[in-house]
Amino acid sequence: MSLTIEDVNKVARLARLAVSEQEAHTAHAQLSNIFGLIAEMQAVDTSGIAPMSHAQDVTQRLREDRVTEENQRELFQSIAPQVESGLYLVPQVIE
Amino acid sequence: MINATLKQHSAALRDKQISSVELTQLYLDRIATLNPELNAFITVNPEMSLAQAREADARLANGNAEPLTGIPIAQKDIFCAKGWRTTCGSKMLHNFISPYDAHVISQFNNAGAVNLGKTNMDEFAMGSSNETSHYGAVKNPWDRARVPGGSSGGTAAAVAARLCAAATGTDTGGSIRQPAALCGISGLKPTYGVCSRYGMIAFASSLDQAGPMARSAEDLALLLNTMAGFDERDSTSLQREKEDYARDLDKPLNGLRIGLPKEFFAEGLSSDVAHAVEAAIAEYKKLGASVVDISLPNSRLSIPVYYVLAPAEASSNLSRFDGVRYGYRAPEYTDLADMYEKSRAQGFGAEVKRRIMIGTYVLSHGYYDAYYLQAQKIRRLIAQDFVEAFKQCDVIMGPTSPTTAFKLGEKGDDPVQMYLSDIYTIAVNLAGLPGMSIPAGFGANAMPVGLQIVGNYFDEAKMLNVAHQYQLATDWHARTPSGI
Repeated sequence: MSLTIEDVNKVARLARLAVSEQEAHTAHAQLSNIFGLIAEMQAVDTSGIAPMSHAQDVTQRLREDRVTEENQRELFQSIAPQVESGLYLVPQVIE
Repeated sequence: MINATLKQHSAALRDKQISSVELTQLYLDRIATLNPELNAFITVNPEMSLAQAREADARLANGNAEPLTGIPIAQKDIFCAKGWRTTCGSKMLHNFISPYDAHVISQFNNAGAVNLGKTNMDEFAMGSSNETSHYGAVKNPWDRARVPGGSSGGTAAAVAARLCAAATGTDTGGSIRQPAALCGISGLKPTYGVCSRYGMIAFASSLDQAGPMARSAEDLALLLNTMAGFDERDSTSLQREKEDYARDLDKPLNGLRIGLPKEFFAEGLSSDVAHAVEAAIAEYKKLGASVVDISLPNSRLSIPVYYVLAPAEASSNLSRFDGVRYGYRAPEYTDLADMYEKSRAQGFGAEVKRRIMIGTYVLSHGYYDAYYLQAQKIRRLIAQDFVEAFKQCDVIMGPTSPTTAFKLGEKGDDPVQMYLSDIYTIAVNLAGLPGMSIPAGFGANAMPVGLQIVGNYFDEAKMLNVAHQYQLATDWHARTPSGI
């Protein structure tokens, strides 16, 4: 598969990364190289093989649905760029 | 004192030969002298360290000290430590004062150890040379023109230069083992799930593991005893009976079967490294071990598989960095999308952005099956190779890194060149197995060579035994860089 500049720009948008035209070109060259490395993997016949996401045969641990944490909003918001009345402030989203 | 083992540190503290405050100050003074050149530490906070040291001295006086009480341990800057700036090597977290402790940090705190400071690392643990850090490259103490390896380069350099009694690292694709090899120290990545990842800033969640880095296997065992353990806040943390990882250190090695994968001794391995590793294997035979030739046929696919899976997981994990709740926010932006895009573009370095983009691409509509799913299937094949191999041997050995430490800037513009440094370590992470690296001599340019030891699931105690016996018969691990 070959990566185009449009792909780079689309992926940057999806990943919420601002990319200048110059950066898109550099990224395109480097990412194409990396995809060259990855290409070897695609030809391998994996029919009948189950994907592996975890080394041990475990299932997701569940817990009782009860409150175990304290509200530490003030502490956690003390490091935020902009807060007011317990809310995180960001540029207006809804017109 | 700085060349002492952890046991010796502990004995000196108990016998009142030195106090924790004095010991901590000793290391802080060394850091003040040597860190400006080595750049192994990002953050040092003498007041906080000495406050912990005073508490440790009180515990020592009361007689309720543990093996690590009072001992200054450096922490990789990937572990959130309450009240400490925790940057993960990134501009994105340049001002992040963590409001909580990682599980690993709590374990050390409860044991009475002293947090000596936060060590430098490749940004968000993405790198193999510690050159992607926003806080500057780390210099290898054995040759300041060379890299220490990465991503736990700061930790490796700090341990090699004896700027701390011991330290922690993390390993996703080799980030404990490779810098340990390049800096001539010992490092261990436990079986996936043994150490809690709570508070350990996530890179690739199915691969990340915390582990100890120190100057001997004996020290690694003590550290692992403190670091390991179930934590309900990490959903991948395993519930297992508590182990003493030092319990088997003294077992003789007669009858040990060492598997040597032919793929780890093929093209790409530098001859000086091969030579040192072969000498180490010969030493093991003298200790009573026998060698078995094995094959890990799918290991050749480790790098492509890893560079699909790790970036994919990273793209998800790093999506939390958006300038809203903590960390870097761009000074100027128009709307919300612009704020996200600029904060992330400015806050992340080039390697991180590259990996986020690869990850986003392979997870996107139309590509998920061809890339991500395919990689997960090959991952199973790679893991199965090890399962088969462990039917014929007890441990697997080989070189940790294909070369000794390369020069700063040498791997320059081509990311792929850097990725190939991890060729022997990555398969171990993909399979979730425990792996370690110990010093095994020197190679070209008098730089350290590391021997990798891979064990079966939960075989850390055996691996530490295998390493310890070698360290009793040789002294590579006790060598120190000249002049420091």
